[in-house]
Amino acid sequence: MAVAAQAAPPPTTESADAPVIRVEGLQAHYGATQVLHDVDLTVAPGEIMVIMGGSGSGKSTLLRHLVGLTRPTEGGIELLGLDITRAGAMEMLGLRRRIGVAFQGGALFSSMSVLENIMLPLREHTRLDRKTMEIMARLKLEVVNLAGADALMPAQLSGGMLKRAAVARAIVMDPKLLFFDEPSAGLDPVVSSALDDLILKLREAMNMSIVVVTHELESAFKIADRITVLDQGRILMVDDVAGIRRSDNARIQNLLNRRSDDSEVDARAYLQRLTGEAS
Amino acid sequence: MLRVAEGIGRSVVRGAEEVGFAGALFVESLLWAVFGPARRQPVRLPAVVTQMMQIGVGALPIATVLAATIGLMLAIQSLYSLSLFGAESFATVGIALAVVREFAPLIVAILIAGRSGSALAARFSTMMINQEVDALKVMGISPVRFLVAPSLIAMMIMVPALTMWAMLVALTAGGLFVTASLQLSMAAYFADVIAILSVNDLMHGLGKSVLFAALVALVSAVNGALADGGAEGVGQRTTRAVVQSIAAIIMVDMIFAFIVTSG
Repeated sequence: MAVAAQAAPPPTTESADAPVIRVEGLQAHYGATQVLHDVDLTVAPGEIMVIMGGSGSGKSTLLRHLVGLTRPTEGGIELLGLDITRAGAMEMLGLRRRIGVAFQGGALFSSMSVLENIMLPLREHTRLDRKTMEIMARLKLEVVNLAGADALMPAQLSGGMLKRAAVARAIVMDPKLLFFDEPSAGLDPVVSSALDDLILKLREAMNMSIVVVTHELESAFKIADRITVLDQGRILMVDDVAGIRRSDNARIQNLLNRRSDDSEVDARAYLQRLTGEAS
Repeated sequence: MLRVAEGIGRSVVRGAEEVGFAGALFVESLLWAVFGPARRQPVRLPAVVTQMMQIGVGALPIATVLAATIGLMLAIQSLYSLSLFGAESFATVGIALAVVREFAPLIVAILIAGRSGSALAARFSTMMINQEVDALKVMGISPVRFLVAPSLIAMMIMVPALTMWAMLVALTAGGLFVTASLQLSMAAYFADVIAILSVNDLMHGLGKSVLFAALVALVSAVNGALADGGAEGVGQRTTRAVVQSIAAIIMVDMIFAFIVTSG
């Protein structure tokens, strides 16, 4: 990896109503196993897109590709007008300052206080003085209803507080595009609902586009403008909440009704799995 | 038989990959240290100082105890073995050269591998598993600049410093035993030590300690970066880092000694 310079905003083809995310023909593999098959996706400015699917459907893999943590085997990914599969280190650095990611477990640095965690992107990417950075970080803590938690260490926070602090860090650079990985995971229904309200409030207040990866139906229906349903690495459907609810696709109905979609058992294959014999 | 050969082949390839990865980390850390400030992405001095405190100052008491013990042990063994030939007066030569060229760098490096190498590997592994490294990447912060470079720089400063301290302590402790046994004064003992040792001997010991420091930091970083599998993965990577560091230190010590003395 080359040493990257302080980046100017990257040259992009972005226009006001152009999609903030454009994914075309995305294919991804883990070793020999293909985990994403020809995924196409667009997210409009100011839209909340929820990516849903069961365990192993490929939604976390898709998110890793969208935020540039993993390079696709094939296909294109454009974020805010920049093709991240071809972008150089400088362009990516400029882009990274315009997107935020709130990870499932928070991913706060355990050796830093909440305030230091939130100030970190400011410290690394701006020339602001410390006092200004502290004020900006505390403002974001106010936005996520965590005022007064600035001196706490991550280990002292509850699950809900940890996720809020992670959101505060993700929005401290005022990103145009915000990603959430399983925001409701491990939270009780009340805290989970409050986090959904926060996501809606952020979109309203900061006019950002938001992508949420989740398997929580209630949460998805509450916040989504559109929902992308992934199944076994393929997109089953992209539609608004009403469209998804109306769908007569059996696999989507299974997902909505929390039914196992095991197809009928192949007795021969079942026996071979048990005995460990190759077919 | 084929499976054994395949297993060996895979291990060799994996080992070569890890060595290459360590080399890349070393070069990238140096690039950040040298060119980072000009590009307004410096390796942060407070992070280096924090690491220096943990690696160096924190290890001072145990390094002192170990160095004193090694010095005494060398004095006892030297006097015993030389007494068989009636050559006790040569004990100072053996102690001075063994401490400065071999024992001080080796014992400090093994101590640091066990103490700081394990801590670094555990820290990096935990950060990998908790997605903290991913968080750095998506924030546009190089994990090498932020995590590896400060540890590497701190290690390469503090291990030679600790080694010099260990040399002094071991020579003093050995001197206490030798002077008591041979009815010498400490001034006479240290005059002998200074006459015996050359700058070359000192550079031999310190050069090795810089090499050992880089080895421990890089082996720990590579193991941390490859961690997966939760708490068990952290434990396995930490153990692997310490074992590999100590093995690498001993092998590099032998190679270094061979190259330098045969030249």
